Amino acid sequence: MAVLRVKFTKTKRDKLAQVLWILNWISVVTGVILFALGLYLKVEINKRVELMAERDIQYVPNMLIAVGLIACAINFLGGKICYDCVDTTKFLRWKLIMLPYIVCTFFFTFCVLVGALMCYSMRGELEESLALGLTQAMRFYKDTDIPGRCFLKRTVDMLQIQFQCCGNSGYKDWFQIQWISNRYLDMSQQHVVDRLRSNVEGKYLMDGVPFSCCNINSPRPCIQQQVTNNSAHYNYEHQTEELNLWMKGCRQALLEYYTDIMQSIGLTVLITWLFELSVLTGVRYLQTSLENVLRQGDPDSESDGWLLENSFMETARINLNIIKSLGKNNHIDTAKNGDPNIDVPSTSKAHYGPDNVPPKTIKEAS
Amino acid sequence: MVVMKMKFPFQKRVKLAQGLWLLSWCATVAGATTFTLGCLLKTELRRRAEVMDNTDIHVVPNTLMIVGLASLGINYFASKICQDALDAGRFPRWKNFLKPYFAVSCFFTVLMLLSVIMSYAMKGSLESSLKAGLRNGIRFYKDTDTPGRCFQKQNIDRLQMEFECCGNNDFRDWFEVQWISNRYLDFGSKEVKDRVKSNVDGRYLVDGVPFSCCNPRSPRPCIQYHLTNNSAHYNYDYLTEELNIYLRGCREALVHYYMGLMNTIGAGVLSIFILQGSVLVSLRFLQTAMEAVAGKENTEIETEGYLLEKGVKDTIMEYLDPVLKFFLLKNGGKVEEGAAADKPAAVP
Repeated sequence: MAVLRVKFTKTKRDKLAQVLWILNWISVVTGVILFALGLYLKVEINKRVELMAERDIQYVPNMLIAVGLIACAINFLGGKICYDCVDTTKFLRWKLIMLPYIVCTFFFTFCVLVGALMCYSMRGELEESLALGLTQAMRFYKDTDIPGRCFLKRTVDMLQIQFQCCGNSGYKDWFQIQWISNRYLDMSQQHVVDRLRSNVEGKYLMDGVPFSCCNINSPRPCIQQQVTNNSAHYNYEHQTEELNLWMKGCRQALLEYYTDIMQSIGLTVLITWLFELSVLTGVRYLQTSLENVLRQGDPDSESDGWLLENSFMETARINLNIIKSLGKNNHIDTAKNGDPNIDVPSTSKAHYGPDNVPPKTIKEAS
Repeated sequence: MVVMKMKFPFQKRVKLAQGLWLLSWCATVAGATTFTLGCLLKTELRRRAEVMDNTDIHVVPNTLMIVGLASLGINYFASKICQDALDAGRFPRWKNFLKPYFAVSCFFTVLMLLSVIMSYAMKGSLESSLKAGLRNGIRFYKDTDTPGRCFQKQNIDRLQMEFECCGNNDFRDWFEVQWISNRYLDFGSKEVKDRVKSNVDGRYLVDGVPFSCCNPRSPRPCIQYHLTNNSAHYNYDYLTEELNIYLRGCREALVHYYMGLMNTIGAGVLSIFILQGSVLVSLRFLQTAMEAVAGKENTEIETEGYLLEKGVKDTIMEYLDPVLKFFLLKNGGKVEEGAAADKPAAVP
């Protein structure tokens, strides 16, 4: 009892082959699109790699790139096969390859699905990576004279300006670190020394933020210093003031940005997966119908096409038995002392005479 | 006196017609490109319309768009004409069309060249427009509560951050303007009152700049206020400090940006002009060569093609005569009226 049996006339088979040829070429294009999307994600992640701590997030774009390339190759081969399938004689060339090809493509579509799901699951790792990376970057903001960290100030400033955010979770993060380098602090001034002494680690902490936190939509000039001190500024209350600085934290802003990208990429990959699956179904029907035609002998006759020859359970059982017997060929049969030729009856029809013929003596050479 | 006579055997005519057909389709695409380039330039100019005082510079993209659309039509007809050119039966129907067609095409092709020249010539106009616009923008920076000006602060801040510039000529323009609104000044404090009294107009002037002038590349946190006061900041010398705020003026930055854009567009339009010119010249040769064949029995004879039948001056007069006659007629009428008006005045 075959699974989803469909009757195919000759014209229907030919049409199916032609349609599948075009669909395979469209799949090559979608493979290229997948490759491009993977490359785009990789570039976007590398642009802000200084703000991300060491985490394994590169595997998502790498997987997409690999899947895209393999999809191109598989569908290119599929296109060639379907092009040849219109002619039954040319089909014979591909007959032996087609079933392994279909099995490989089936497992490959699983990889595509896994790639799509990975896009959605990357969010958690990314959040962790960003939280740690941003903390580090803010801590080294002042170290513009240390090689390897001299551009962090610029990176963080540009980030805050571009993504309209301030600090890690909010602007108060800047109050807890020293973001003004000691090179620009006048240690001879009493108020500087007092501030340094006022905390355990000897850091110059202040309730001020860098200029890149300033909100351009604010109606008044930016208040960066003494942000929590209402009396330091005229007509200012820091609890109700929302337009002065960017309120959003940079971790959330970056996460939203990357989640948007990955959701669109994930959706595209899911659609590609569905498309690949439908193309694969078409190729399977084409293969089974052509094989049945060859079995019947008449190339112009009607034939049946199906997904699986027997029911699902039967097919699973048969395949498991094949795999088991593949394993059995390696076992030694101890009943016959390991010799497979003992006690095998002769099937030869020729009569070679009696068995106990004494050997001829060989004349000694003189 | 014929201008540029050339001999055209039959095969050469056929090749000319085929080459011209291909060339005219390329020129159609080029015409569409010109239109797109004009749209691009206009969009870019409109994006910064708030810091421009007048829209004189918009004549460049407008001309490009008109020329682009016109060249689509010109090249469409050119391809149709050269398709019919080799067919002796169909070519005569274009006879009356060709003279005005060439006049119009030459006009628009010259207009294309003019637009490129204009884009270089109007640099001064752009600069003065930006100067006035930026001056107003800086003056109204503080008026975030006045309707019609409430977005000036945002626009100027965004402009300074995007183009990495500060002020009109340079950052000192901010010292001459009150950019902090009175709403945020405590008139009860002595410092504010002194500063307001210290100048004739009663403005609160500071030697400070808005935060959008800050340069992110600076190794130290941004110094916005007391810029010219070295003792107000530790280890700071404003005469040698180059990385703290942007030193370039926004007018220079914007002019540089737009000139770069117009140079690139101008180079493209020049090459399109050469293409269009070659289409018209080839079409003229084909037309004159085919006209000599008309009426003859053997259509495969060798003919001569030329650019202009008479000399350049005579041809120009020939085309301008109808236009001048139109105006002269008006003038002639005016002269007659004037004479008629004089007569009754002279009588009494």
